[in-house]
Amino acid sequence: MKFGIVSFPGSNCDDDAVFAATETLGQPAVKLWHKSHDLQGSDVIILPGGFSYGDYLRAGAIARFSPIMREVAAHAERGGPVIGICNGFQIACEAGLLPGALMRNAGLQFLSMPVTIRVEHTGTHWTSQCHEGQRLTMPIAHGEGRYTVDAATLERVEGEGLVVFRYVDANGEPTEEANVNGSLDNIAGVRNAAGNVVGLMPHPERALDPLLGSADGRVLFESVLATVHA
Amino acid sequence: MKSFRVSVHIVPRKGLLDPQGKAVADALHTLGFQAVGDVHVGRHLRIDTTATDAAAAEASVREMCARLLANPVTEDFEIAGVTAT
Repeated sequence: MKFGIVSFPGSNCDDDAVFAATETLGQPAVKLWHKSHDLQGSDVIILPGGFSYGDYLRAGAIARFSPIMREVAAHAERGGPVIGICNGFQIACEAGLLPGALMRNAGLQFLSMPVTIRVEHTGTHWTSQCHEGQRLTMPIAHGEGRYTVDAATLERVEGEGLVVFRYVDANGEPTEEANVNGSLDNIAGVRNAAGNVVGLMPHPERALDPLLGSADGRVLFESVLATVHA
Repeated sequence: MKSFRVSVHIVPRKGLLDPQGKAVADALHTLGFQAVGDVHVGRHLRIDTTATDAAAAEASVREMCARLLANPVTEDFEIAGVTAT
């Protein structure tokens, strides 16, 4: 299964995503320059973290108009798996692949720390090997991660089970204290209706080895491998 | 075609938490500006463009806002002025 990792000017987690695919999963991976129109036969697309276009205008706002995004949207439309991590999540929201938007953290500070998230939905390509309620520890590193949607969309997002991950405390409860960036309903990650596109602020590709503090990110990549092979 | 300069204000949508605006308001209170109520921090864009007339220039910038300059989920925009240049 071939992974395609999109590199925008300012992406800085693309190599970590390549590492996740090649070293952790033993799968081939290719970096896709944002100006390209060719996914090079990739079965899975990762929109990595970073600061694409310097976060000019709004995080992810300019990147969504990169030529490759048209191909990524078509891939998603065909049911191909896509994950947006951190800045990739912001880009996926700006591109309309996922509902909502990511705003400045409620506390205004850039947050770089491990967080615990709870798996709310296992019917996605990226959580098929998780169990509902499973807790995962992964790092976050963002200044604009406060998930926001309008009231009507929030009703749909919650009602249709589009929430995939929530920030929780050590007991697995979505408390206000655990909601580090002030997201609506502690939302850390969402999916599209089909479940092939998922976006989240925490970094699973930085949680692949106990040496780095957590290997909890592996299950997302193992899930997509299992789903595509199934 | 004529030349116009169009000014746009983009501000956080009313009712959404605006921590940046709140931080600025708090700082102003600290400075003694007790009369200050809410503050909202947004962006101001000045766009030089050509159009057949002022209305067309404004319509064009409105479309730019809808498609790129403002996030429809979190931001509102208003045309602050259209001047012939």
